[in-house]
Amino acid sequence: MKRFAALYDRLDGTTATNAKVAALVDYFSQAPAEDAAWAVSFLTGRRLKRLVNTRELREWTAEASGLGLWLIEESYEHVGDLAETMHLLLPPADSDDLSPGLAELVEQSIKPLRQLDDDARKQAIFRLWRQLGGTERFLLNKLLTGGFRVGVSKRLVTRALAEVAGVDSALMAHRLMGRWTPTARFYRQLLDSESDSDFEQSTPYPFYLASPLDEGPDALGNAADWQAEWKWDGIRAQIIRRGGQTWIWSRGEELMEGRFPEIEAAAEALPDGCVLDGEIMAWQNDRPLPFAVLQKRIGRKKPGPTTLKKAPLAFLAYDCLEWDGKDIREKPLQDRREALAEALAAAPGLLESGPVVFDHWDALPDLQAESRGRGVEGLMLKRLSSSYQVGRKRGDWWKWKVEPYTFDGVLIYAQPGHGRRSNLFTDYTFAVHDGEQLVPVAKAYSGLSQKEIDRLDRWIRNHTLERFGPVRSVEPTHVFELAFEGIAASPRHKSGIALRFPRIHRWREDLSIADADSLETLKALLEPGK
Amino acid sequence: MNEDLLTPDAGGLYCQAGDFWIDPLKPVPRAVITHAHADHARSGAGQYITARDGVPVLAHRVGQPEDLQALDYGEPIELGASRVTLFPAGHILGSATVRIEHDGQTWGVSGDFKRAPDPTCRGFEPFACDVWLSEVTFGLPVYRWPDTRQVMDDILDWWQGCIRDNRPAVLFCYALGKAQRILAELHGRIEAPVWLHGAMKPLTDCYREQGVAMLPARPVSEAPKGEKFGGSLVLAPPSAAGSPWIRRFPRHSSGFVSGWMRIRGNRRRRGYDRGFVLSDHADWPALINTVADMGAKRVITIHGNGEVLARHLHDQGLEAECWNLRQTLARPADNADSTPA
Repeated sequence: MKRFAALYDRLDGTTATNAKVAALVDYFSQAPAEDAAWAVSFLTGRRLKRLVNTRELREWTAEASGLGLWLIEESYEHVGDLAETMHLLLPPADSDDLSPGLAELVEQSIKPLRQLDDDARKQAIFRLWRQLGGTERFLLNKLLTGGFRVGVSKRLVTRALAEVAGVDSALMAHRLMGRWTPTARFYRQLLDSESDSDFEQSTPYPFYLASPLDEGPDALGNAADWQAEWKWDGIRAQIIRRGGQTWIWSRGEELMEGRFPEIEAAAEALPDGCVLDGEIMAWQNDRPLPFAVLQKRIGRKKPGPTTLKKAPLAFLAYDCLEWDGKDIREKPLQDRREALAEALAAAPGLLESGPVVFDHWDALPDLQAESRGRGVEGLMLKRLSSSYQVGRKRGDWWKWKVEPYTFDGVLIYAQPGHGRRSNLFTDYTFAVHDGEQLVPVAKAYSGLSQKEIDRLDRWIRNHTLERFGPVRSVEPTHVFELAFEGIAASPRHKSGIALRFPRIHRWREDLSIADADSLETLKALLEPGK
Repeated sequence: MNEDLLTPDAGGLYCQAGDFWIDPLKPVPRAVITHAHADHARSGAGQYITARDGVPVLAHRVGQPEDLQALDYGEPIELGASRVTLFPAGHILGSATVRIEHDGQTWGVSGDFKRAPDPTCRGFEPFACDVWLSEVTFGLPVYRWPDTRQVMDDILDWWQGCIRDNRPAVLFCYALGKAQRILAELHGRIEAPVWLHGAMKPLTDCYREQGVAMLPARPVSEAPKGEKFGGSLVLAPPSAAGSPWIRRFPRHSSGFVSGWMRIRGNRRRRGYDRGFVLSDHADWPALINTVADMGAKRVITIHGNGEVLARHLHDQGLEAECWNLRQTLARPADNADSTPA
C-alpha cells in the first residue's frame, strides 16, 4: 500500500501528462503483479461493490474523531469529498509501519467486510483507520466509498502499460476491455509482449469515437471519399457473437446481460465470430422514439412484458469489427460495410444504419437540418478508407450535431460541487416563469469559466435566502442561457417537463429575470402526443 | 446587564467608550489597526494606533500617516473612557490583538492570529478577558495544521527535485507575512538562488530592516536577460498565477503555500502541482484552545466562517455568537461622519 500511495502522491503532485505517465511506468514495472493488477483496476475506474454505507462511515468518523455528527456534515459540505473529509477528521494513525500490500489490503481486509456483522465491520474499519496513516488512509477511504478518480485517465494508464509491456497501446486498450479480474495472472498476461495473447470470448473491442466537427464539412476534402450517416441519440453498443453465445456491451463497458432480450434474440441469428458496432434505440414504425422512452429501459435489468411493449427497441448497426472469426478493424470502412451487410442478411432482426446519400457537400446542410424532424442528433461523417481505430482519434470520424435548443432561465438554487469544485457553489438549478411563479426546469453544472464560477459563488454566499442542507435558495436575479438536446413530458417533475443534457451556454447579465423564458415556451417544443 | 463595549461598524468594530474603531474598512477619525493586511488596514483614517513593530509595514501599505501612534506590546493607553493594550498576535510582523477595559469589563479582539511559532514575529500572548472576539478564517475541524518543520521539509524536497530537474520552482504565497516567513524558515537550511516577484520586494525589505533573518532574495526584474531560473525558487503572489509574468519561468513546477491547501479540491481547482499547508491563521484546535486560554465566558466570532465555531462553543456551554462585520459596509456610511463626539 505504501508503494501505491507513493504512486498516488506522484500522480497528484503534477499536472503534466508526461510526468504522470512516467510515474505510472515506474510503478507498473516495479510493483508486485498482484498489487499492480488492483492498481490497474482502480486507476481505470473499476470500483469495489459498496461495502459500507456512507451514513455509517459518517457516524463512525464522528465517533472516532470525538466530533458531533453535525460537524462531520458541515465539514463534508465544505470539503465536497467524503473520503477526504473522513481522512482530515480522523485522529492520526498509531503508526503506519505495518502496511499491507494493495492486494493484501483489498483481499484480506476490505472485501471480507461484506461478510461481517455491523459491529465487527465497524471494529475492522476502526482498526484500519488506526493502522494506516497519511495518503494510505485517504486511499483506503476512497476504496470504501467507491469512487476513485485521481486525475489520470484510462488512456494514460493504457499508454503506461503499453510502454511497460512493449506493445502497441491499441492492443493494450483491447486487453483492458471486457471482463477480467485483477489477479497476478491477469497482470502478467497484460504485460505479455506477444501480440496474440488469448482474449476471453466475451471481450469487446475498444470503441472508436468521433470528434466534433467545428467547421463546415467542405473542409474535409473530396466528398466522394466520405460517407454520411445519421447520428443516433441512443446507447452505443457492441454485439459479440462467438462460440454460440451473445454478449452486448455498452460503450461504458458494461455488460448488458438480459437487459435487451429482443436484441439478444435477434443477434442469435448472427454467424459465429462476428462483432457489430451500433446504437440501441427506442424504435417503432421505422423511426426513433424520444430518448425518454429509451430511459425507461436503462437500468431495468430484467424488463417485463409491459416494459418491452411500451418501450420497444432496435439495434442499428453501422460497423462490423470481426467477421468469420477475424479481427477486420484494419480493413477500410467500405470493406467492413460489406461484411456488415452479409451479417445483417443473416440476422434480419437487426437493422442497418445505412449511409445517407449525398452527391456534394452543398447537399449536407439541408440534410443536417432534417435531423430534429427525424429524431436524430445530426450527421456522422466517416472516411471510406478509414480503419476502425481505438478511442477518440481525430481525422477520420466526425460528428456534426445540430445546434441545441436554448432558453433563458433564472438561477434559484445552488449547491456545492465535488472534487475540484468542492467548497464552491457550482451545481445550479434554473427556473422559468409559470404565471406569477418561477418553476425549476433544469439542473446544470457546466458551461461557466472558473472566473464566472468564482464570482457567482461569492454572489450566492451573499444572497442566500434559505438553506436546506447543502442547498441554498438565492434571490432570483441572474439569468443564464441554457442549451439542451431534447425535451420530454415528465409527470415526476413539478414543471411537467424533463430536459435532456441541459448545460449553461452563457451568463446573460444583460437580461433581468423578467426577460427569462416561460414554461409555456418550453412546453411548445414538446411534440404532440408524446 | 452591561452594554457591549464594541459594535460592528464601518466594516470593523466601534468602541463607543473609547471613541475608536478597530480595523475599519472605511475612513474614520481614529483607527486601531491590528495588522497591515488589506482586509484590516485601509488608508484614510484621521489617526492610526498600531503596534510599534508593525509601523513600517503599515506605512508601506497605507502611506505614512500624519497622525500615527506606535504602541509597545503590553503598554496600556487611555482612549476616552477606556484603557487599550496591544498584545502580540503571532500573525505577521507587528500584528496585535487588542485588550479593551472599561467599566469593569474586559474585551479581547483578534485581528488575525496564529499559535504556531513564526521566526518573523512575536508569538501570540493570551490575556484574560470576559469577551473574546475571535477571527475564524479556518472554522472547521478539517483545518488542522501539520508541523511547520514537516511542511518546510516538504517544500525543500520539492525545491530540491526542481534543482535536480533544472526547473524553476515557483512558489505562490501571500506577499506580506507568508513570503517572509518562508524565507526566514529556509534561512540556514539551503543555499540556492531565490527570486521575488516585484510586489514582494519592498515588504521583504521592511522585514530585513527590522532585523528578521531571511534567505537572500533578489527581485526577478534584476535577473539577467535570458535567465531560465532553472533550480531557482521564485516567490510570487497568487495573483501572478496565470498572468503573462509567469511565462518567464518555462517548465516550472508550481506550489501554493496556504492553509486552504489542506483541501485537495482547492489545490486542483487552481491547477497548482503542489499544495503546502502552512497558514498564518489559527487552525480549529488552536481556535478552541485560545478561547480557553483567554478565559472568556462569551465568544463572538468575526472574520470568516464563524457560524460553525459559534455553534460548537455554544454546545460546549459557552455564550457564543457570530458577527458579520462586512454587513455594516452595505449600510450608508453614517458613523464615519456623524459620530457622537
